[in-house]
Amino acid sequence: MTRIESGRDLIRAEAIHVALPDRGRRRLFGRTPQVDILRGVDFRIGRGETVGIVGESGSGKTTLGRVLLRLLQPSAGRLYFDGQEITAADQETLRPLRPRMQMIFQNPLSSLNPRHTIGEIVGAPIRAATARAALRDRVATALRRAELGPAYAGRYPHQLSGGERQRVGIARAIVGEPSFILADEIVSGLDVSTQAQILTLLRSLQRDMGLALALIAHDLSVVRVLCDRVVVLWQGRIVEQGTCAQVFAAPRHAYTRRLIAAIPLPEIDDGWFDRPEIDADIDAEA
Amino acid sequence: MSERILAIDGLCAALSPRGRSADGAALLRAVSLAVAVGEVHGLVGMSGAGKSLITKAILGILPAGIELTGGSIRFAGNELIGCPEARYRQLLGREIALIPQDPLTALNPSRRIEAQMTDVMRLHLSLTRRAARARALALLRDVRIREPEAVLRRYPHELSGGMRQRVLIAIGFACEPRLIIADEPTTSLDVTVQKEILRLIRDLQRRQNTTLLFVTHDLGVVAKICQRVSVLHAGMILEHGATADIMAAPRHPFTRALFAATPRYDAPAEALAPVPAAVLSEIAGAAQRFDAARRG
Repeated sequence: MTRIESGRDLIRAEAIHVALPDRGRRRLFGRTPQVDILRGVDFRIGRGETVGIVGESGSGKTTLGRVLLRLLQPSAGRLYFDGQEITAADQETLRPLRPRMQMIFQNPLSSLNPRHTIGEIVGAPIRAATARAALRDRVATALRRAELGPAYAGRYPHQLSGGERQRVGIARAIVGEPSFILADEIVSGLDVSTQAQILTLLRSLQRDMGLALALIAHDLSVVRVLCDRVVVLWQGRIVEQGTCAQVFAAPRHAYTRRLIAAIPLPEIDDGWFDRPEIDADIDAEA
Repeated sequence: MSERILAIDGLCAALSPRGRSADGAALLRAVSLAVAVGEVHGLVGMSGAGKSLITKAILGILPAGIELTGGSIRFAGNELIGCPEARYRQLLGREIALIPQDPLTALNPSRRIEAQMTDVMRLHLSLTRRAARARALALLRDVRIREPEAVLRRYPHELSGGMRQRVLIAIGFACEPRLIIADEPTTSLDVTVQKEILRLIRDLQRRQNTTLLFVTHDLGVVAKICQRVSVLHAGMILEHGATADIMAAPRHPFTRALFAATPRYDAPAEALAPVPAAVLSEIAGAAQRFDAARRG
């Protein structure tokens, strides 16, 4: 394993390519044709930094997230976590790093084991490495930080509301004191008030714990709440990046402009529907 | 006011009292809602506010264990509460249609799109198989599906979320109903797909002069598609009026809080705030006073 000068990058991904079998063109004999999901993506996130990854379904944003956590090995490119190259690292090498990189999933119900209590779910990432008494304390601390009382430890996922389940997901992600969290569309199923609660909670945890946070979202308004920086993915490539303030005030790429034009802000805007879709421009710029 | 197609007046609902326990918890508290012909009316609230209970009461599909305890729901002048099931079978799909939230569970996974689209037309419009198929193709073109013949042969799982939602919109508008209830039809979609779906609904609604009750938690969607809006919480309508007025100057603290809880890409992140507990407990107090007055 080579050590490199990491500077202030916690995660660095260079020229990441991912090609997966195209299920739509599966063949009876021979190899299934491959489809390119990511085509040369460079991505970095520093300690305590917050970066939004935006794009539509199929843009490759979830795949990029899986690569950043090394849940998926890229077909080409290099991946570094805290200066250590992990592009092709085996499970044994990755195991000690796992507690430091965590994930909060899109659908809180399907990502929580229905047979486990909330306490078991939240403690799972650190159970193997923690004594029983200490485990109970750390679970209680994580629950409290996620603004759930200690009584939640004995409950089951189906007894909780959508917002509470998402808090459990957050508690599970922070229990091992990670340095990086990937959050994939974590508020898309929630109503606005619950969404605001989860977003403000995650924002204060991120600041208090100095977390690096990558937030995958199709809704740029959500990214604005949590992220300093944003990268825009389109067809497996980054087409634009910059600070949120910059990119949202003056988007340079036609695809970013299209994403912004599709957001329904809560204000009267009679021309909203008539504003032209600009796919042609996107292809021209690609 | 122009002719009302839907008039809900003082609608109350509660959990059915079980055994000897005195009375069930109230779920709807004197909900009144008037929707004019051709209007798109937004029904806005958080989860648990009672939005889907109202739509289920209109459609006559209240779940067991919940009963209406007062008020009326008039559709085109006729009372829907207590109306016989045979009458509902004539109404649903024909005069009142639903565009549901989750297109995957709303479509039967084991039947092709063609059968699911033509059922309602053959039943209500007495169309032959061939005529129903022709109309299904026309409807799919209306919702801008490029290869309608191919889509008719598909099963739901073979279509993307956006395509399934288009199919359900086509089914909703198939018999040119007078009232369509759209239940969060774009909640799970990408913003770009959401905009296309909203545009389709708006275009078909205008062409057929359909009345639309649009259920959502998203004030942004309301601003773009609804002329009037009712804000619901704890089973009570807290505020209603023209969308333009409410966007410009929301009167109820809860409505103002909903605006503050809605993230905006063009505003600093610090502006975002969940609905304050004080606002919620104020409403809870009003609900308790309402329940006490009804019991008293």
